Amino acid sequence: MTATAQAADAAEPEAREATERWQRLLGGGWIFLLLLALIAIFAALRPTQFGSPYNLSMLTVNAAILLVLSVGQTFVIIAAGIDLSVGAVLIFASITSALVMLALSGASGSTYGTTAGGWGVVGIGLAVALLSGAFWGAVNGVLVAVARIPALIVTLGTFGMSLGFAQILTNGTDVRAVPETLVDRIGAGTVAGVPVLVLIAAATALLGGIVLHLTRFGVHVFAVGSDQEAARRAGINVRGRLIAIYVLSGTLAGLAAMMATARFATTTIGGHAMDNLSTISAVVLGGTSLFGGIGSIAGTVVGVFIPIVLLNGFVILGIPPFWQTVATGAVLVLAVWIDQLKRRARERA
Amino acid sequence: MTTAALLEARGIRRRFGHVHALDGADFSVRAGEICALIGDNGAGKSTLLKILSGAEQPDAGEIRLAGQKVRFDSPAAAQRSGIATVYQDLALAPELSPFENLFLGRETMRPGLLGRLGFVDRPAMQRQATQQFARLGVRLRSGRVPVSSLSGGQRQSVAIARAAMWANRVIFMDEPTAALGVVQTGRVLDLIRQVRDQGIAVVLVSHNMPQVLQVADRIEVLRLGRRVAQLPVTEASVERLVAAMTSGVADAAAAPA
Repeated sequence: MTATAQAADAAEPEAREATERWQRLLGGGWIFLLLLALIAIFAALRPTQFGSPYNLSMLTVNAAILLVLSVGQTFVIIAAGIDLSVGAVLIFASITSALVMLALSGASGSTYGTTAGGWGVVGIGLAVALLSGAFWGAVNGVLVAVARIPALIVTLGTFGMSLGFAQILTNGTDVRAVPETLVDRIGAGTVAGVPVLVLIAAATALLGGIVLHLTRFGVHVFAVGSDQEAARRAGINVRGRLIAIYVLSGTLAGLAAMMATARFATTTIGGHAMDNLSTISAVVLGGTSLFGGIGSIAGTVVGVFIPIVLLNGFVILGIPPFWQTVATGAVLVLAVWIDQLKRRARERA
Repeated sequence: MTTAALLEARGIRRRFGHVHALDGADFSVRAGEICALIGDNGAGKSTLLKILSGAEQPDAGEIRLAGQKVRFDSPAAAQRSGIATVYQDLALAPELSPFENLFLGRETMRPGLLGRLGFVDRPAMQRQATQQFARLGVRLRSGRVPVSSLSGGQRQSVAIARAAMWANRVIFMDEPTAALGVVQTGRVLDLIRQVRDQGIAVVLVSHNMPQVLQVADRIEVLRLGRRVAQLPVTEASVERLVAAMTSGVADAAAAPA
């Protein structure tokens, strides 16, 4: 090798690394640019309506519950799994916690349809919701990791079972009396003008991002999703990690259940059938690979907001809101297609 | 060549039903040498490798590491004794970077409270990985791109560098260049010599006779579950090795010469 060739060879890696970083930024960042473009377009067309503090706060409140579910879904999909049970587990957890809270707080509240339950009752309700979610997560995790049944089937099964049990517990009707404290302080409450639900979702996403990207658990989530056998040979407790990942997703569904009860002042048995698909599309829109091993929480946050901003913008512009589902579906297919192109380009390199 | 064996197996037997995969096999490797383990298909190379690396248990026989009798119940037990295996299918996580793969399952944690909370120390791992690659002469275009974007030779180099990072005594390599082109094979062989020069015992399983003669210091030949020859590479030739592999008598074939 000549001296000049050697010099070129030495300079090459840094230049290539820089281009690769740009490619990755653009590759993963285009969906973020799309979100910014959507916001800019709607804000330009209807600045007063779209940009109003009320509208922005509604936007973020609408995103809050879906974001909490999607954080769990991100962990599961990066680990090359899927969780179809999130919405049904949310319903189950909201029913069990609402029933417990109802039993604990006998008297009615000052507003119609609420009970007088205080923070103590709400705290117990939260614990019940989180435990209910964790329980179904553990069922998912054990069946996937130990019984080695495909996650698609396991979580489809627990989707049906948790929804069915929720309906059995209340005979199919919603629990409509929930503590006044929960509805007023959490559901409709604000801190410094920011809705409490949004604060909870933001804290969940932040914590989720820290755990996924900075801790050993996070590294192992990526490793298990990238190549389970390699992870096992490297000494990672793959079973334990998988179970923990599904428990995390179930527990976050429990948290989301409390948020939903607080927001709507009732349980919502009929309202979460599509949550699993909404979270999966949000996660995939955010650049997380359905094949596992690649993904981020930041991407998921963007992915959650795209359909919500679309719907909101269409409503404000007077476009029939049904177009939102069409647009979201198209963007989802586009996102997966771009992911595939990136993957193929990389494997050819 | 007078130093004692670092890893030694004596009279290893292993049966699968009616098949005697190993029928009293012996094997030894010294620190700082590349020992090629060769033999025809079915000679028992893979079984011996699995037993020595803890993946399988022998029916009879003993294994000694640095003179001490040892028993490896699992690959993890062998790893704790400083023995690692580079698998034919590499066992790297393709979406993770080379440095993450180097530390997979053995992450360096942040010091203090953050470390106890499970936070990993990426800068430290990256630094150590860069040192390890430099020490072994492995040149990657970046330590941060996913392993799947590397060439086959670079991936093999990452796998070997990882083994050398955590095994300080013996590394087994099963056909490490089987899937590689000429240039990449040359680089991987250089890397194997580098690993040996760190004082690690390298056991190389290969079918490629010219390559074995090129890189090994010593050769042991297995036939029908027994060791039929062990000779320094200076006394070996393709004809002699093939004779030993097929008839079991390397010395008879060499005698007239």
